[in-house]
Amino acid sequence: MTCATKPCATAPYATGQQYLKDGVLPHMWCPGCGIGVMLRACLRSFEELGYTNQDTVVVTGIGCTGKLDDYLVTHALHTTHGRALACATGIKAAKDDLHVVVFMGDGDSVTIGGNHFVHAARRNMDLTAIVINNFNFGMTGGQFSGTTFNGAITQTSAYGNPERQLDICALAEVAGANFVARSTPWHVDDLTALIGEALSRKGFSLVEVLSPCPTHFGSNNKMKKGTEMLAWLQEKTVPVDVWRTMSPEARTGVFPIGRLVDRNEPDFNARYREVGARATGN
Amino acid sequence: MKNHGRLLQGNEAMAQGALYAGARFYAGYPITPSSEIAQECSRVMPKLGGVYMQMEDEIASMAAIIGASLTGAKTFTATSGPGFSLMQENLGLAIMGEVPCVVMNVQRSGPSTGLATKPAQADIMQIRWGRHGDQELIALSPSSVAECFSLTVEAFNLAEMLRTPVVIAADEIVAHMRENIVIPEPGEIPVIDRAKPTGDPAAYRPFAPAPHGVPPMSAYGSEYIMHVSSSMHGPDGYSNNSPDNAARQIARKNGKFEHHRADIVKTKAFDADDAEVLFVAFGAVTRAARAAAAKLRANGVKAGVLQLVTVWPFPTEAVAELGSRAKTVVVPEMNYHGQIAGEVKKVLGADADVRRVNGWNGQIITPRDILKAI
Amino acid sequence: MSRRSEIVLAGSGGQGVLLSGTLLAEAAILEGANVVQTVSYGIATRGGTSMTEVIVDDGEIVFQQVEKPDVVLAMSPEAMKTYEASAGEGALVLYDTTFVEERQGKNLAGFPFTDTAAKMGNVGLANIIALGFLCAASGVLTQDALETAISERFSDKKRDANLAALRAGAAAAASVFAPA
Ligand SMILES: Cc1ncc(C[n+]2csc(CCOP(=O)(O)OP(=O)(O)O)c2C)c(N)n1
Ligand code: SF4
Repeated sequence: MTCATKPCATAPYATGQQYLKDGVLPHMWCPGCGIGVMLRACLRSFEELGYTNQDTVVVTGIGCTGKLDDYLVTHALHTTHGRALACATGIKAAKDDLHVVVFMGDGDSVTIGGNHFVHAARRNMDLTAIVINNFNFGMTGGQFSGTTFNGAITQTSAYGNPERQLDICALAEVAGANFVARSTPWHVDDLTALIGEALSRKGFSLVEVLSPCPTHFGSNNKMKKGTEMLAWLQEKTVPVDVWRTMSPEARTGVFPIGRLVDRNEPDFNARYREVGARATGN
Repeated sequence: MKNHGRLLQGNEAMAQGALYAGARFYAGYPITPSSEIAQECSRVMPKLGGVYMQMEDEIASMAAIIGASLTGAKTFTATSGPGFSLMQENLGLAIMGEVPCVVMNVQRSGPSTGLATKPAQADIMQIRWGRHGDQELIALSPSSVAECFSLTVEAFNLAEMLRTPVVIAADEIVAHMRENIVIPEPGEIPVIDRAKPTGDPAAYRPFAPAPHGVPPMSAYGSEYIMHVSSSMHGPDGYSNNSPDNAARQIARKNGKFEHHRADIVKTKAFDADDAEVLFVAFGAVTRAARAAAAKLRANGVKAGVLQLVTVWPFPTEAVAELGSRAKTVVVPEMNYHGQIAGEVKKVLGADADVRRVNGWNGQIITPRDILKAI
Repeated sequence: MSRRSEIVLAGSGGQGVLLSGTLLAEAAILEGANVVQTVSYGIATRGGTSMTEVIVDDGEIVFQQVEKPDVVLAMSPEAMKTYEASAGEGALVLYDTTFVEERQGKNLAGFPFTDTAAKMGNVGLANIIALGFLCAASGVLTQDALETAISERFSDKKRDANLAALRAGAAAAASVFAPA
């Protein structure tokens, strides 16, 4: 896999501009934050895939990531903290022809909302989940989350986080997701391509975006600038095909990036249609 | 011979009422004594092209019916006290987002796991005040299998009319008992659907001021784009933190219940007009109260019953009118603290003779218990 | 004249008394009456005691619970212990002598429902034999209505077996209550 050298490479074709609300920019995210880069990648994919404001529902959790629906003009549901996937499950089960895209932080998705994450993946709901993993609770001021490394300094782990981090992608894989990928804003072209792929796949698709939060995670861990965090993310990641050749020791603390899981199991609605056919004898 | 219908359990009647009202989406997590509702839905929904979803918990169940309702479906869930507690935060989301849906809470004896198969009416305050923030919702309480059906239809009608969650505050007694019931033919009871937006889609505002406080509701997939948010929002649904806006939104979201009070607040009176002893009762206990009142009447005491069909918003007017005429008001209820008795006292004043008859041991309150207590 | 009967059916979990109660209630509806059936659940659905009450009335049934039973069926010693005293208050108390020791007294009648069911090849029919016995002995319902209720609920072999059990129960009652 090739990596883009600039975090904000602009493609000449799709801009995703039509999904953006007029007059709301500049956005609320801090300079150097990865959320904007991810959103841009996502909106470009929407455009390439021909999503309309009418047939798209953006579902968000609560947090810095969860704020992004306010910038969009698609249908949207800004939910409660951790419950975005459960709401999205109801939307998709009730109306199959919608594109339902769910944006969450690491707090939303696998800390407070871990149970919904496991079960949305297990059901293989036809949703695209995009998780900004910035290794802490951004919105509430930088406390540790379920993805914070052991030993990391946060606003609630001044002497180092006693807990261990959860691997979001591995969790999605064992829970049964059809498509699992990981990338970073540093690798913006790959990120865009992976998001596009996730969106176009049936069943549960996850893209984990390892993302700089210079304001909190960075400043607590000697990376005050967004660029420092990007460099750190570049260091911490290796393409998954390389990662697979590495020894277990060498893998420690390193994230494989790229397409990690690619399956084609039937999604929940397809299986439910079979149930309906059995019930009605068709 | 008169058609006396068929034998149906209260829980089944609630499920049938939901189907009659046009609900085709159920999401829930099984819990005694409500599980028959889930079971019935799991059997019926796939046949009708509807959805039965068994979620991972009640938080998710509430979330799923909100999401599904926003696609235009009529949706519901059923639970008991422990699950209802888990639904509270997302019930708040339904109130904030003005999402119609119905939640059946078949109350059982608690706290915590408590006496899981035994009845109670101890969730009355958690139904009304269990969420944070300024909010209102509707709760109806059936006293028979027939009311399990009819009040469920009513619950959906109110939910659709007011864009609000409606709680059915049932108890284990009505939920598990079987009675003969004639299910009405389609069209026999009115079924109300939410008002949809008309006119220029670009001008649609899902949380705009509207006559009687209820703006029309779009559906996901429609050309009327709908932005729904748990955060304080302006008429367009987008975040808006201005104090003026917050004041207007909260006032409208609560005020719509005032506008529609006559549609919402229902009571039934039995021999109550000249009652010197007035029983104020709700749910299954209404029946014990009526039997007790009949015994008193037979002994020359003018006794009557006011049944609170609507529990929330509280039927202040009926309680005030009949209660102030009576010499003694008695409130039998299956809880320790007298949750409804407290409300009655609030209406009638500190000087009124309001007596409590409480049962909290998981046993049914009998007419004898009530008569003994007065 | 308005009719009203309050019936209690009690036994241990798995003896099928709840189904007997439901059939009784369904038959009463077929006869044009109003009914309420309540069930007292143990803390779990398995084992333990199992009890159901049925009230049959031409008019409205206000309080849903049996206050003074007219007929009691006791299928287990525990059930008999709880309800035996009702006989003294005028209730007809019927019991299964397979499990409950035989006794003499006013308003008491025993019959080996479960043994008879075993002889018919299916102990699971004891509740239906008892139901046939109860109706014939007490006259709360006609056998016709019960047979219709059974035929609506079961089909084929199951229906035939249940109908046979019901009739066996009714015949037994006729012999037990025959004038000596
Ligand atoms: C039930 C509940 N608990 C706590 C909070 C407070 N809260 C808001 S956002 C948040 C964490 C956000 O972290 P994350 O999901 O990782 O998103 P980020 O801000 O980092 O994008 C918390 C704890 C809340 N809103 N609701
Ligand atoms: S606090 Fe962190 S996650 Fe939130 S906007 Fe700032 S940089 Fe981004």
